[in-house]
Amino acid sequence: MLLIQCPVCGVEAEETEFAPGGEAHILRPEPGCSDAEWSAYLFERKNPRAVHYERWRHAFGCGKWFHMARHTHTLEIFGVYAADAPEPPQEIRDRIAERTAP
Amino acid sequence: MTRLKSGGALIDRDTSVTFTFDGKPFRGMKGDTLASALLANGVRLVNRSYKYHRPRGVVTSGPEEPNALVNLGSGDRHEPNIRMTQIELFDGLEATSQNRYPSLKSDVGVLNAAASRLYPAGFYYKTFIHPRVAWKHLFEPVIRRIAGLGRAPTEADPDTYEHQYAFCDTLIAGGGPAGLLAARRAGEAGERVMLVEQTERWGGRLLTDDDAEIDGKPARDWIAGQVAALEAMENVTLRLRTCCSAAFDHGYALLYERRADHMTPTGPRHRLWRVRAGQIVGATGMIERPIPFYGNDFPGVMLASAVRDYVRLWGVAPGQRTVLYTTNDDGYRTALALHEAGCHVAAILDARADPVGILVEQAREAGLTVMSATGIGKVSGNRDGVREIQTVPLDRGDDVELGKRIECDCVAMAGGWSPVVHLYSHSGGKVVWDADRAMYRPDPENPPRDRHGEPYVRLVGGAGGALTTGDVLASVGGATPSVVAAAEQPARPVWFTPSQGKAALGGKHFLDYQNDVTVADIRLAAREGFESVEHAKRYTTLGMATDQGKLSNINGHAILAETLGKAMADVGTTTFRPPYTPISMGVIAGQEKGLLFKPVRQTALHDWHAEQGAEFEPVGDWRRPYRYQRDSEGREASITREIKRVREKVGLLDASTLGKIIVRGPDAGKFLDLMYTNMMSTLKPGKCRYGLMCNDNGFLMDDGVVARLDEQTFLCHTTSGGSDRVHAWMEEWLQTEWFDMRVLTANVTEQWSQFAVAGPNARALLERLEGDVDFAALPFMGFAEGTVAGMPVRVFRISFSGELSYELAVPTSYALSLWEALLDVGGDLGVGPYGTEALHVLRAEKGFIVIGDETDGTVTPHDVGMSWAVSKKKDDFIGKRAMERSDLTRQGRKQLVGLLTEDPGYVLPDGAHALSKDGERAIGHVTSTYHSPTIGRSIAMALIEGGMDRMGETVQIGIDRKTSVKAVIASPVFYDKDGARQNV
Repeated sequence: MLLIQCPVCGVEAEETEFAPGGEAHILRPEPGCSDAEWSAYLFERKNPRAVHYERWRHAFGCGKWFHMARHTHTLEIFGVYAADAPEPPQEIRDRIAERTAP
Repeated sequence: MTRLKSGGALIDRDTSVTFTFDGKPFRGMKGDTLASALLANGVRLVNRSYKYHRPRGVVTSGPEEPNALVNLGSGDRHEPNIRMTQIELFDGLEATSQNRYPSLKSDVGVLNAAASRLYPAGFYYKTFIHPRVAWKHLFEPVIRRIAGLGRAPTEADPDTYEHQYAFCDTLIAGGGPAGLLAARRAGEAGERVMLVEQTERWGGRLLTDDDAEIDGKPARDWIAGQVAALEAMENVTLRLRTCCSAAFDHGYALLYERRADHMTPTGPRHRLWRVRAGQIVGATGMIERPIPFYGNDFPGVMLASAVRDYVRLWGVAPGQRTVLYTTNDDGYRTALALHEAGCHVAAILDARADPVGILVEQAREAGLTVMSATGIGKVSGNRDGVREIQTVPLDRGDDVELGKRIECDCVAMAGGWSPVVHLYSHSGGKVVWDADRAMYRPDPENPPRDRHGEPYVRLVGGAGGALTTGDVLASVGGATPSVVAAAEQPARPVWFTPSQGKAALGGKHFLDYQNDVTVADIRLAAREGFESVEHAKRYTTLGMATDQGKLSNINGHAILAETLGKAMADVGTTTFRPPYTPISMGVIAGQEKGLLFKPVRQTALHDWHAEQGAEFEPVGDWRRPYRYQRDSEGREASITREIKRVREKVGLLDASTLGKIIVRGPDAGKFLDLMYTNMMSTLKPGKCRYGLMCNDNGFLMDDGVVARLDEQTFLCHTTSGGSDRVHAWMEEWLQTEWFDMRVLTANVTEQWSQFAVAGPNARALLERLEGDVDFAALPFMGFAEGTVAGMPVRVFRISFSGELSYELAVPTSYALSLWEALLDVGGDLGVGPYGTEALHVLRAEKGFIVIGDETDGTVTPHDVGMSWAVSKKKDDFIGKRAMERSDLTRQGRKQLVGLLTEDPGYVLPDGAHALSKDGERAIGHVTSTYHSPTIGRSIAMALIEGGMDRMGETVQIGIDRKTSVKAVIASPVFYDKDGARQNV
């Protein structure tokens, strides 16, 4: 069971206090998009055995959504960041580069 | 009796304990386990094996025991499959043997063994295929009776169990020398330490093998010193009878505490500790391996370490004449312990060509016979145990002749030691094969890692691969105590000892005692192509029993490697999964049983409903009145009475469970236009609109009436089960997609209670209550706020029954007052409550859908004939783009229709399938089906392929394999098609 820190309220809590929301940074296409684009938005997920940017909600706490960078195999958590961030902050990307360097 | 005259570090010879085994009374001593007490009483046959019903005895002295499983207790305290080696004896203990009929000594299942040729590995995959029908009626019932373990209990468990939470810097599993020293080091460093030990004693193997001297003291004194020092530390918690069952992600561990198994329970019997630890130190030691030779399963064939445990810890001689078969120096400790206790050691067979260690010399000096490069070729015996063995020379291939016969009643096997690496493996760490020491040990390159990517599980002592007391203590780190102990020579692993010439296996060489898996089974699996260790495991069931291969896995993998001509490291090992040993079902449930199993939501009127004879039904987490029983009327009668009340007079429904979400802010209208398929921003304050909510796949997920309270405030009603989900859904979009919108939401479902007042007399009833709401002036789909009977109310003129109907919402503290006021003033108007079944029939008569009945997550608004509620004007809403996808626009999708059965008295079964003309294919299914008292016949709704173009068509509805009935496809609106009744 993961140990997660909510970046909104700051609470560090058990995974069971949170609800997972799947892959992060998936853009919702505009209404006029192609079937393929809509299908990709609905169904296509990376599911890597690597670093994964994902959405979480502090469901049984402050109720807020946030983003988390986590390695799906080692379960290392590289950082949490705001739900409205369009991409992972530089600081987290630096940490990932440092931690996953061969 | 085989109790020795002296010795036995754990027993209190002055305190006798009485117990029964298979109904027969026995006496043991305080400190005994059930296993040691039975051995002391000369009872060696304790079980029958799983598949062949072979007689079996105790093999080990600890939690790795594969054979000696018993039913413990009786009646409501009966519990199966408990290991005797872990049962601490107490007065009045009752145990019965398992897997035998009619008794252990004369078990008819033994016939299986005679027919064992018919049961090779994977026999059930091969044998019981044909005829198909025989599986259910013949094979399965027979197999269930003769195979298996103990009987499942049938009565509710009267004991209590609990979950506890704990936090620490370092959790140490295992109270042997390494665990004690690790706890001492961490405790001195000021860490919060938990040290747990699965048995009732500290010291691990040092209690038995006390020939070492630590820091100049005898081993036992050193242990006592460590325990005393730890007990004096406030930051250290010590807990016996507590097994670290599992280590999970990020330092989460489960501890299983058998708190009261050794006494009459007071308080919780077992505890499950849910611990978050910074570091987990596994000082879990090692388990000795048996050696696969012919007949290695007769009662009396035991692990060498267990034999000397019984001698030294419990003062019991497992045999009067023992043969030791060893692959290493450590095994000699068993011969020396027996010799010292005055028990005869008939011979020591050492697999090694030239055993020369200090312990070997001690044995020779004691006058014991040592035969080198020799093994046991065959064991002979009967159900009471071993009678004799025959030696066999090693290193001559499989083509050998058996040698000397040696009479004996006990065989001690010292096959080498396997580290208990489970905790490392549970949490993602890898293990590597160490060929020099013939063991899997933790791979320091691949440890389990915490959320910072740092290792958090460390195995020390035997678990880390240390074989001697000196190495065990050194592995902990920090200043190492000085150890004086006998040096040991390298071991020589033996995976299989032949019994006959020319590679013939002859007889059974058991690997897995509990599942009756033999060397021949593994070889067969390899020949049949099950080469992966995971496949061979599942095909043969090696390591799949309740002991999870603690004794058998390594030997089995070695046999597989040998058969395949591969190196051990290339075959690999199966994954160790939690829990380490079985834990009780009770402790998994903990306190969460009965009313606490799943909390129930109740409305403010719950007690009133109950007093009025309500039969409740679950709706989401809520309990709602299904109907109200009056006098002795039947179920149907009460539902019909309630329906007629609404159609003819006036009924009250407790609709408080409907979700109520406030959506407020300058962008609230814009936001709701995206959430609902229809337009909400154009709704005027004081008006209501029915809305549909889809997900981005275009499928219906919720519905409800939206009221605009003021310019910036909307109140969204949801389904009863949907309030939390819809609120979370709104928040998800507001926080993650449209976070620039100025909108706030609040779920006020429980703050407001809400009642439907429905029926022709509804207005007359409400007008009798004093207040400032003008009910006559409030139009259909209108909303007003005001005071009614002195209470602040919100009034919505909406109808789910098709009748003249108002819904009144009051702050929940007023709920009962308003409800009773309505009943008080309307006696002559025929007012009374109605339940959810009447509600459902009323809405079905009107063709109104219910989310979850008419929808199942694959249904669009167009499918249920609600295209009118899907806006064509909006650029976007959730579900809009998806509804343009080819599958959602194609012809022939299932569409909502009404069904009228040919026989008006016949009510279709819910979910029944509509059949194609040839009867070969389902073209749809019934979604709602009732008897309608209003129109005096059965009615149903169904989703049927292309249904809206099939009006008037007759379809067959399949009832069972042989029967079908005819029904005509019709409009789903069965009553008052123009809606005249609600517009008065």
